[in-house]
This record gives sequence, structure tokens and C-alpha cells, in this order.
Amino acid sequence: MSYDKDSHKIFDFIQNWARKHSIWVLAYGTGCGAIEIPPTMTSRYDAERLGVRGAATPRQADVLLITGYLTTKTLKRVIRVYEQMQDPKYVIGFGSCTINGGMYYDSYNTIKVLDKYLPVDVYINGCMPRPEAVLAGFAKLQQLIAEGKANGAQKYKENLEWYRENQKRISPHWVMPEYNW
Amino acid sequence: MELFLNILGAIATVILAFIVGMSYGGIVRKITARVQNRKGPPWYQNFIDAYKLYSKTTAIHHGWMHRMGPAFLMVSSVVTLMFVPVLNNGGWFENMNFQGDLIFLLYIMVFGSLGMALGAGQTGNPNSAIGVTRGLSQMVGFEIPWVMALVAMMIQYKTTSITGFIEVQQESGTWLMFSSPFAFIAAVLAMLGMFRYSPFDIVGAPSELASGPVSENGGKYLFTMMSSGSIFTFAKLTLYVDLFMGGANNLLVLLIKTFALYMVPVLYGLVSPRYRTEQAVRYFWGWPLFFGLLAIIYAVIF
Ligand code: SF4
Repeated sequence: MSYDKDSHKIFDFIQNWARKHSIWVLAYGTGCGAIEIPPTMTSRYDAERLGVRGAATPRQADVLLITGYLTTKTLKRVIRVYEQMQDPKYVIGFGSCTINGGMYYDSYNTIKVLDKYLPVDVYINGCMPRPEAVLAGFAKLQQLIAEGKANGAQKYKENLEWYRENQKRISPHWVMPEYNW
Repeated sequence: MELFLNILGAIATVILAFIVGMSYGGIVRKITARVQNRKGPPWYQNFIDAYKLYSKTTAIHHGWMHRMGPAFLMVSSVVTLMFVPVLNNGGWFENMNFQGDLIFLLYIMVFGSLGMALGAGQTGNPNSAIGVTRGLSQMVGFEIPWVMALVAMMIQYKTTSITGFIEVQQESGTWLMFSSPFAFIAAVLAMLGMFRYSPFDIVGAPSELASGPVSENGGKYLFTMMSSGSIFTFAKLTLYVDLFMGGANNLLVLLIKTFALYMVPVLYGLVSPRYRTEQAVRYFWGWPLFFGLLAIIYAVIF
């Protein structure tokens, strides 16, 4: 699978177009920002018209939406979820908590910078971001996909050791299957 | 030459079923959205989704049965389609039919779900297992009125082939939904369960069961299931049209009739919340069963 932006193959173009217009979201809704997902999906803002719809399991999803803070306990589960997703996959960090810790900047049991543990493609800032901001985030992701620049998964694969090191620092008792795709 | 043309016709039938089924799925999403006061995705959204699913890598392997599950579904859908006459005069869309093909169809239509059940069982996902048990209970529910309706019709018109029923309708000039109304009512009520829209979407409840039997399948598996589902939808609708609504002489009539019929489970589903498993089974063993019995009595007496 090539994500090379200079390859102007018509095939890649069609593929990226399809990916861009069909985004299945797995919302990891443990942060308080998750409350903004229902209005984004339902009648008022209707994300489905952009091809964005919910997926039930990581196997079916394209986008992992981390809605806000991640406690040190849930990080491992999120990583497991991310690794179960099938390529091509993207991560959206939702809310200031995923960017720099937000209002939990000095908390002892949340992680601060999500990008150290998972490759984030798009950040949506705000505490909490309104549905307009969420839609803007999806639009940004669509743009990145169309340009072939949303290659977080590639980055993860290449720098797996660095990510693993950071992840293991948070959860020392690491019993997880190998990442194999 | 004859054989070659037949094979070509079969391929054309499958492609037609795929396109029509997928478009119906998209239109249903649009209608759902409009009912919920949303704008909704474009009608071709399902094609985009299918293409995207197909282009995803699929690195899931839970064993061979799991791999075969979607293939079983596909085989069952395509075989069902092959035995359902698409148009009355055959034409391009040749089909295989023989005396008794309706009985054969009754078996082959559940074959896919059973294969899928085995495949889902091998994934070891508890959600899949729960979904499978739910699906099989629901099937026990709606199969009974459905079989009763068909048996009633077989008794009444003394034929077991679908083309036979079409001929009966062409000779008498009325649709069977008018000349054997009880069987039609039982069959339509059974259809609600067959299409798994609300209130009978207990199998793949997304937030309750994480989509049930499908939960461990992504990418190409899901693509296979989606396309086989579309083909199966078209096959079932066409079967209903052939049996009860006089078949169709050309494609346009077929589309109008199948779409009208399809709206029954869809619109009923849009205004209904989801049943629990035992409620669903009890539903089917209530009025649909009663109408099935009535249909048999009607068929025996008249
Ligand atoms: S960014 Fe704000 S709203 Fe979002 S999870 Fe953090 S504290 Fe909650």
C-alpha cells in the first residue's frame, strides 16, 4: 500500500477518494468529550452525510477517536484496540486533554501527550470541542487522506520500538500480543 | 454455445442483484435519514463503503471456519438467486428451475446463516456467540410462519416450483396475494424477521452486542458479507414478487414491485424499537403463526 503523495496513479486516487468518503469511527468514549459525539452524529449536525458513521468493533473501524483524557489504566486497552484495527487506520485526538493534558496537566493518573503513545493524525482542540469543531476535524482528516498524508499507521509501524518504550513506561506489566500487521 | 450463454446470463444476474441490492441499501439509509430529519448520505454511499472495505488490508485469522463463514454466506445468496426467476419470460436472466425448487430454496436460504454461525463461533468472541444464538432463535421464530405460508400455497395450487406459481398467476390473471391472502399476510410478517430491520435487529445490535456475529470481521470479510447481503436481499424480494405479486415482465416493473415490498420491513422498522429475543420469537409464534394456520385451512377447504 503506497501512501506516496507524488505517485499520481489513478488507482490510488480512487482508493483515497473512497476512503475519504467512508470513515467508520470507533469512538473510545471514556473522556468527558464523548458527550459531543451524539449531537455530531444525529439530526442537528448529521455526520453521516459526509460518510462518517459509527463502527461497532475495532475490526471494522477506520478511525479511532480518543475523546479526551486517557487514564494510565485505560491506555493499554486503547493500544490493544488500535492494534486490532485494520490498515489503513487513523487516530483523532479529541479535546485539549489529548494534546497536552488539558485541565489534567498535573494529574497523577492520566497520560498527557497522546502522540507519545499512539500516532495521532488529527487533533481537535477545545475543552470540549463543539460539533462544528469535530466536523472540521473530520474535514481535515478527509483532506489529509485525499492528499495521502494521513500515514500515522506507517509511522507507528516504523517507530514501534519508541512507542513501545513509552507505552511500557506507563504500564509496566506488559502482557500483550505482538503487533503483527 | 447454449451453456456459454447461460453462464453469461448467470453472471449478469449476479451483477444486477449486486447493483440493485446495494442501491436499495443506500436508498434505505437515505430514507432513514429523512425520517430522522437528517440529510443523510448519498444513495451511492454503500458502493463507496464496499470499495473502501475491499481496499483495506485484512490480517485477521481465527481459523479456517472463520474464513469460510463469509464464503458460505456468499454461496448461499448466489445459489438462492440462481433459483429465483428474475423475469417471467426468462430472457437474459436464465435461471435453474425444476419441480420442487421451492422446497430446495427453503433449505438453501438458511444454509448461509448456519455457515456464518459456525464461522462466528470459531472467533471465540463472546459477542459473536450471543449474536449467533439470537439469530438462530429468531430464525426458528420466523421460519415457521414462512414455511406454513408456502405449504399452504403448495397445497392450494398443487405445484412446488416457482415458475409453476408464476404460471398459475398468469392463467388466472390475479396475484396470489389476493387469491390466497392469509398466506401472503403470514409471509409478509415472516419477512419482517427475515430482513432483520428493527424491531428484529436483535442479531447485529451495534451497541448492545458490538454487531454480533460480524464483530471479528473487518475489511474484505465485511465486503463479502455486505455484497452477499445485497444479493440476498434482491433474491428474497424477487422471490416474494414471483410468488405473490405475479412476477415481473420487465426490469422496471420488477424494481417498482420489489421496492414497494422492501418498504414494508424498512418503514415498519423505522418506527419500532428493538425487541428482546424472546419477544421476537413470541411475536412470530403469535399472529404470523395464526395466519399461517388459517392459510393452510383455507387451502385445504377451498
Ligand atoms: S479536553 Fe476538556 S472536555 Fe475533553 S476530556 Fe479533557 S477535560 Fe474533558
